[in-house]
Amino acid sequence: MTGTVPLNAYLILSAVLFVIGVAGVLIRRNALVIFMAIELMLNAVNLTFVAFSRFLHSMDGQIIVLFVMAVAAAEVAVGLAIIIALHRNKESVNVDEINLLKG
Amino acid sequence: MEWLLFVPLAAMALVTAVLVIVLRNPVYCALSLVGTFFALSGIYLLLQAQFIAVVQVIVYAGAIMVLFLFVVMLLDLGHELPVWLQRDRPRLLIGAGVVVLLLLELVIPIGSWTARAPQGSSGSESVGGVGNTQLVGRLLFTDFLVPFEITSIILLIAIIGAMVLARR
Amino acid sequence: MPEGAFFIIMVTKIVVVFGLMLLSVSYLTWVERKVIGDIQVRLGPMRVGPHGLLQPIADGLKLLFKEEIVPHAADRTLYLLAPAIALIPAFISFAVIPFGDQVRFFGQTIDLVITDVNIGLLYVFGVASLGVYGIVLGGWASNNKYALLGGLRSSAQMISYELSLGLSVIGVVMLSQSLSLVEIVDAQARTWFIVLQPIGFLIFLICAVAETNRAPFDLPEAETELVAGFHVEYGSMKFAMYFMAEYANMITVSAMTTTLFLGGWRGPWLPPVVWFLIKLYLLIFLFIWLRSTLPRFRYDQLMRFGWKVLLPIALGNIMITAVFVALR
Repeated sequence: MTGTVPLNAYLILSAVLFVIGVAGVLIRRNALVIFMAIELMLNAVNLTFVAFSRFLHSMDGQIIVLFVMAVAAAEVAVGLAIIIALHRNKESVNVDEINLLKG
Repeated sequence: MEWLLFVPLAAMALVTAVLVIVLRNPVYCALSLVGTFFALSGIYLLLQAQFIAVVQVIVYAGAIMVLFLFVVMLLDLGHELPVWLQRDRPRLLIGAGVVVLLLLELVIPIGSWTARAPQGSSGSESVGGVGNTQLVGRLLFTDFLVPFEITSIILLIAIIGAMVLARR
Repeated sequence: MPEGAFFIIMVTKIVVVFGLMLLSVSYLTWVERKVIGDIQVRLGPMRVGPHGLLQPIADGLKLLFKEEIVPHAADRTLYLLAPAIALIPAFISFAVIPFGDQVRFFGQTIDLVITDVNIGLLYVFGVASLGVYGIVLGGWASNNKYALLGGLRSSAQMISYELSLGLSVIGVVMLSQSLSLVEIVDAQARTWFIVLQPIGFLIFLICAVAETNRAPFDLPEAETELVAGFHVEYGSMKFAMYFMAEYANMITVSAMTTTLFLGGWRGPWLPPVVWFLIKLYLLIFLFIWLRSTLPRFRYDQLMRFGWKVLLPIALGNIMITAVFVALR
């Protein structure tokens, strides 16, 4: 195992992390853990951006990653506020039980 | 030499990511996610994006995950049922199917081609030339000034929104 | 230089710095008790060894031999890990702080800094933001509502003051044009930054005191308030680790203030390391002095001060500094 790590390795790692995030969103019922899986997906995309930034010798990828991080931070703040408000009303954060508009 | 660093970091990222979606105690899930962020920060260092690596630790592992932990601890949620005891079979099967399909569709094409020689674009020097942070700073205030200002507005809106939503 | 020599030098530096940190942390307890005793016109520890000099050793032995109790309903893994998580960031942030110029040893020139990272300042902030986890997890894992509340309060305080801490340093970064701590010290060759950035220095110092949970910002762990806060359920060695973490944080933050504002190891006549230690000790003395003099802030006063007073002043400082740098 000599030489540099090829771009494919980073992209495959990023793809697998993204798929794990998708699996988390589909399988878990706790709203907070679903949120964490979404953060995992965002990070997988960040990895793709940074990997391409290095291999195409362009700084654009890293700048975009900065914006993604800022927007992710904003999203987490608002999302957690929503979850807290939800918990206050219903005493549960299980997404199966949040179905007031159903039927 | 790079492989020597990449393989453990990638393994740590994958293992902690799987633990995030598998563990039942949400506090442990949050801590596994912190581990994933650390592994990713190490990989960013490998890719010579030092500024992004440190910002990842400061913003994601040091601020966002602390916020997650706060909410998890304040809401004091119990443990979820393990996957095999949950009763919603159709959802789980569809979920597993989608995941396997997505995995095959993403990994097989990426694994089959090899990257061509890199081309420069957007008029930026090779990373590591002037100094990573200086480059990022320079670009943020010249080419990417408008997104930068809009991001600050987004953050302001998020602050106000979070305060209004969480207020009693 | 040859690879072998590089590793040996690096390992020696790490061992020396780590060992000195551990020694300083334990003797800092003695220094604190003596100084507070002096300020309160009493003697402090006098029995154990001449002038109580063996007191830290006696304390360490006592804590080592105490029974290790884990509360029954506590989260065992986190309960045991939390003090370690609190201790580690305090020590590893010392990896980028320069404590001397250069030393010639057997023909090799050794820089007296463990590693000169070009984002050294950000590294220290990243590591400092990890220190919050030790407190939050310690409060949670104890399965005790006082511990949880104390832990959450303390970490909310630390996060709030981290903001102003970071902002107060931007003036220094603008003046020295670099994030590397070695270059920041080099940029203070003619004037120390405390002269050029007095407001930044004050804000940094205040936020540093708040970050390390020291008086007058120590409400979350006060003995008389909130039943000792997040470490109420901790005893013996784990409690000792929390205290070591607090003192190690104090040393680290004093070292950072020295590097950023007081010219690091710069000074006439005396060797650089001695200057560094003198300035370090002066700041630690200031910390101890503050503790024994000022009353505690109430929690809402603390948060109001951090958000409504320090943050705008730090932002104003950045703008004023930016104007001056642009006009230069």
